[in-house]
Amino acid sequence: MLIKTVFSGFGGQGVLSMGHTLASAAMLEGKYVTYFPSYGAEVRGGTANCTVSISDEEIASPVASQPDFVVSMNQPSFLRFQSLVQSGGLILVNSSMVNITSVRGDIEVVEIPTSELAEKLGNLKVANMIILGVFIKVSNITPFTLLLKNLPAILGEKRSRLLKINKEALELGFNYLQG
Amino acid sequence: MKKINSRPASLKEAPFHYCPGCGHSIVHRLVAEVIDEMKLREKSICSLGVGCAVVAYKYFDVDTVEAPHGRAAAVATGIKRVRPENIVFTYQGDGDLAAIGTAETLHAANRGELITVIFINNAVYGMTGGQMAPTSLVGQKTTTSPAGRNPLKEGYPLKFSEVLALLGGSSYLERVAVNNPANIRKAKKAIAKAFQHQKKKSGFSVVEILSPCPTNWRMSSVESCRWIDEVMTKVYPLGVIKEKKC
Amino acid sequence: MSGTSTIGEAAIQAGCKYYFGYPITPQNALPEYMAQRLSEVPGGVFLQAESEIAAINMLLGASVAGARAMTSSSSPGISLKQEGISYMAGQELPAVIVNVMRGGPGLGTIYPAQSDYFQSTRGGGHGDYRTVVLAPDSVQELADMTALAFDLADNYRTPVIVLADGVLAQMMEPVRIPSRKRKKLPAKNYILTGAKGRPSRIIHSFTMDPKEQEDHNWKLVRKYKQIEQREVRYESFLLEDAEMVVVAYGTAARIAKGAIKRLRKENLKVGMIRPITLWPFPTKIIQETVKYIHDFFVFEMSAGQMIEDVRLSLEGKGRIHFYGRPGGVIPAPVELYRIISRHYYQSKRKKGR
Repeated sequence: MLIKTVFSGFGGQGVLSMGHTLASAAMLEGKYVTYFPSYGAEVRGGTANCTVSISDEEIASPVASQPDFVVSMNQPSFLRFQSLVQSGGLILVNSSMVNITSVRGDIEVVEIPTSELAEKLGNLKVANMIILGVFIKVSNITPFTLLLKNLPAILGEKRSRLLKINKEALELGFNYLQG
Repeated sequence: MKKINSRPASLKEAPFHYCPGCGHSIVHRLVAEVIDEMKLREKSICSLGVGCAVVAYKYFDVDTVEAPHGRAAAVATGIKRVRPENIVFTYQGDGDLAAIGTAETLHAANRGELITVIFINNAVYGMTGGQMAPTSLVGQKTTTSPAGRNPLKEGYPLKFSEVLALLGGSSYLERVAVNNPANIRKAKKAIAKAFQHQKKKSGFSVVEILSPCPTNWRMSSVESCRWIDEVMTKVYPLGVIKEKKC
Repeated sequence: MSGTSTIGEAAIQAGCKYYFGYPITPQNALPEYMAQRLSEVPGGVFLQAESEIAAINMLLGASVAGARAMTSSSSPGISLKQEGISYMAGQELPAVIVNVMRGGPGLGTIYPAQSDYFQSTRGGGHGDYRTVVLAPDSVQELADMTALAFDLADNYRTPVIVLADGVLAQMMEPVRIPSRKRKKLPAKNYILTGAKGRPSRIIHSFTMDPKEQEDHNWKLVRKYKQIEQREVRYESFLLEDAEMVVVAYGTAARIAKGAIKRLRKENLKVGMIRPITLWPFPTKIIQETVKYIHDFFVFEMSAGQMIEDVRLSLEGKGRIHFYGRPGGVIPAPVELYRIISRHYYQSKRKKGR
C-alpha cells in the first residue's frame, strides 16, 4: 500500500518539519519512505511544500502527481493542491488562514483552527505540530507513539527545550477530533 | 683547481630550450639556487603555468605538476592544503597569471594561501608567438596589436602586483628584473625572501620578474636589457611593493 | 538522510578529507554539509572556491598531493569543470566529481533532469578520454556509489563522475552509510610529496612530441578497455518472461519501475535494464536480451541521449521506442505507464499481423 501526503504552506510555517517528522517515524516503523522537499529560489515567506511517500514496497517516484492526503497551512497552497488530491482523498486545512468556500465535492475537508489552538498553548510556532497530530489521527498512517518517541531525535540537542511544547501540541492535535 | 661555481642540485642536467637572451634560463637558475641554499629541494613542489616555461619540469629537479593554463595558483592551493609542511610555488608568465588566471591568482592571494608565485613579466605572449599580453606597454607593437597597444581600445598595462598588494592575504610582493648582474642579485634575494614568508606562514608571496624576450620584442639581447631599464621599469618600477613583518 | 548529506557522509567515510566547491542549486546542501562535517574531521579542509574552474583545479592539486578529495556541482558548473577533468584524465589523476543534474542548456532550470548524459559519458572536455560514470537511483545507492567512486578513481587513476539529479539530491530516504572497508588498492607511487630520498617526480599532460602523445593516448585506451571489461554494472528487473524491456537509469529508472509494476498487474510483460555504470555502458546485456526480446523502450528525463548507446548496442537489431521529458519536468509513473502500454499493444498488433 503506497500513501502519498503533501504538506504545504508558507515558508516558515514548519511545513518541511511536519513532513520530516512523519517520514522519520515511518522509517522507524520499517516502511519504505521517501521525503522530497520542493526547492526553489524563495526561502522565507514563499510557498513551501514537501511530499512524504510511505509504502510496504519500493517507492518509484518521491513526487506525488495525485496525493492521497494534503495538509494545507495557507490559502495559495490550498488552492493549488486541492486540484491535485485524489478523488476520495482528504485535505486538512488550517482554517485560521484558509477560506474553503470553493472546494471540490469529491474530497473530504477537515478544518482545524490551528492558530487559535496554538495560541492556547502559548506558542504560535507549534501550529504545525498540532495539525500533524490531527493528521496522524485521521490518516492512521503511522503509530502516534512512535512519532512521540522519535521527537527528541528530530529536535536534536539544540532544541531539546522545545520538546515539551512540541509534544503537547502533537497530543492536542491528536485528541482534538475526539469530542 | 678550486671549483668556484657549479650547477645547482635543483636543476637537472638538461640544456635549456629557451631562445638566446631569454630571461627564463636565468630565473630558473636563481630559483634552483635559492632552493638549494635554503635546503628546500626535498620539500618543494612546483605548480607550473602554461607558457614558454610549461616544460620547466624538464629543468627543475623538484616534484612538479603542470597546471592548466592560468590555474597554477588553484592547483598550488590544493597541494598546500593537503601538504602544509611542503614549500609550494608556482612559476607563471604574465598571460597565465594576469589574464586567464586573474581570478585564481587574486583569490589565492586574498585567502592568504601559503604559496609563492614566481611571476615572469615580459610584456608579451612568448610561447604562442608574440601576441599582446595584459602587461604589454602602451604603444607596444605585438602580433595582435600591430599598430601598437592603444589604451582606448586595448586597455592599459595591468600592474597586477600592485593589485595583489591591496589584498589582506598577501604578505610579500617585490618587482625585480634580470637584465643586469646587479638586478639579478636583487632578484635572487627577493626569491629567497618570498620563500621565507611562506616558511613563516605569513601569507601569499609574489616575485614579479621583468624578463627580456628578444625574439618577440624583435630586439637584440643587449637592446632588450636596455629596454627594460629605459622603458619597462618606467611603467613597472622595481622594488618592494608590500612587505608584512614576519 | 537527504541525498546530499548522504553523498557527503559516504565520501568522508571513504576517507575523503578535502572538498572544494562553488554554490549552485540544487546541490548546495552538499557543500553546506561538508563545511560543517569536515570541520569536525581532523585535518579536514573545506574550501569555497571563487569559481567552478578554481574548485576543480584545487581538486587536481589535492589529487596530485595524494589525497582523496572531491568536488560537486550542477550542470552549468560541471561545464566549467570540464577543463580540469580533461587535465586529470590526461595526467591520470584520481578524482570524484558529483553532478546533480538540472535542466539545460544554458542556465536552464534548477529542476531535476538527465540532460548531461552526453557530456558525462563522452568525456565532456577536449581530448581522447573517458570518465567512469556512476548513476545511482536511490539515496542508498548514492552512498554506495560515492564510496565505489573513490575506489575506482584510485584503482584506475582516473576521474569518476557520480551522476545524480535534483530528485535524488533533495530526497530523504533511509540509508546505511557503507563502513570503511576498502579493498586493496595500488600504492600511490606517483604523487608529489617533495623529492626526499627519491628522484623528483613530474605530473604533466603536455608533450612536444606527437609520438609520445600517441603512446600516452594508447596507454589510456588500454586502461579504458580494462575498465570496460571489469567495471560494467547494471540491474535487470523482470526480464525472464518480458516482451518489452525498458532501459532507464537514475530517477527515470525508479519511475519506470513504478510504471512496470502497474503494467505487470494488467499482465503486460514488461521488464527493465537499468544501467548503473553509464560508461562503461552495459552493452553485453542488451545484446543478449535482444536475442529473445524484440522491443526496447528507452525512457529518459532528456530529449534522448542514452538512446544512442542503446542503439549502438543493438547494432540494428530489435526495435527502439522512446519517451523523454527534458527541461526539469518529473514525469509520474502513471504517465509512463500509459505511454508504455500504448507502445506495447501497438508492437503486439504488428507482430500479430
